Amino acid sequence: MNINATLLVQALSFAFLIWFSVKFIWPPLNRAIDERNKRIADGLAAAEKGKAALVEAERKGESAMKEAREKASGVLGESEKRGHQIVEEAKEAAKAEADRIIAGAREQIASELAKAKTELREQVAALAVAGAEKILQREVDAKAHAEMLAKLKAQL
Amino acid sequence: MAAQNASEYIAHHLTNLTVKVGEGGFWTVNMDTIAMSWVLGLVGLGVIWMVARGATAEVPGRLQSFIEMFFEFVDGTVRDVFPGSRAFLGPLALTIFTWVFMMNLMDLIPIDWVATISHGLGAPAWKAVPSTDLNTTFAMSFSVFFLIIFFSFKAKGAGGFLHELFTAPFGSNPLLWLPNLGLNIIELLAKPISLGMRLFGNMYAGELIFMLLGLLGTIASLSVGGLIAGGASIAFTWAWAVFHILIILLQAFIFMVLSVVYIAMAHEHH
Repeated sequence: MNINATLLVQALSFAFLIWFSVKFIWPPLNRAIDERNKRIADGLAAAEKGKAALVEAERKGESAMKEAREKASGVLGESEKRGHQIVEEAKEAAKAEADRIIAGAREQIASELAKAKTELREQVAALAVAGAEKILQREVDAKAHAEMLAKLKAQL
Repeated sequence: MAAQNASEYIAHHLTNLTVKVGEGGFWTVNMDTIAMSWVLGLVGLGVIWMVARGATAEVPGRLQSFIEMFFEFVDGTVRDVFPGSRAFLGPLALTIFTWVFMMNLMDLIPIDWVATISHGLGAPAWKAVPSTDLNTTFAMSFSVFFLIIFFSFKAKGAGGFLHELFTAPFGSNPLLWLPNLGLNIIELLAKPISLGMRLFGNMYAGELIFMLLGLLGTIASLSVGGLIAGGASIAFTWAWAVFHILIILLQAFIFMVLSVVYIAMAHEHH
């Protein structure tokens, strides 16, 4: 256990080992660990971001849903109103048409009635003339008695 | 094992395999210390290196996870002590811990196995634990000492460091320059000496206790006393080995932390 030249050899050995560690062991290990740490940190950050994005997407989806629901109910109300309106319009149109038809029919009836009355009148006049002819046993001159006949027609 | 008396047994286990490389007592090298520490350093750092070479940011395997755990432990320890860049101090701490731990670990190999194997291979002596050799612990602690000096110059500049040597801790009065310098030199030298002696002392004492317990085993025989001696030797050796696992880790950790602390202190201005 004397101090001897072994000391120098061991000091050189130590120096060599330190150099070896500094050069070949520490850097790659350090790099690998740092890189993995970075990856893990990135992964965690990405997960955090993903979570935030999910929340955001959920929120967006919900608001879109709400908007769609509102729109749908709006459309539904509108269409109901429109439907009512169409029905009302149709009812009114139908009523107008019916009124028109009824009025037309009345007019026609009235004109037919007037026509029938006129015809009847003429026929009654003719009948009356014929009756009178029979009674008088002689021919009534239509031309001579035209005035009287006309008066008669007017009275009928 | 050949019959030995107690002092021969102890002395044998405390003998290094030496080779003379020059004139004088200093120019001898302990081949066992050097060979063991090289093998252990290369194995320990080699395993880490192999993992580091293939390390990716993908999902790590079991070995890579373990190495990374160790790395994070060292990195965290250095970060707690030193706020600056760890590009040098980090690997320094890693090297110290790995190497010292590997060398200390050899203490758990039963000493008689080592002796038997080395004898079988024809070596007259072989110490398996390089950290029970002062040359190893002082080589490391004085390397740390030079790093302290280097980083002191680097952090404070030559002027700043010299100024601090003469003016701290008492003050800048010229009368106090010499006491300051003397105290600073003592403080500076105390660091590597205590660092090296602590590791050496712990490991050497631990080894010595293994030897004494092994010595107890050598008197085991089929008599009543002999059986007690053999049983006690085995039981105490086992118990001490279990306790020693703690010491091995602790000493490696202490050496690492103190080295980092000393170098971190060199960065601080008084």
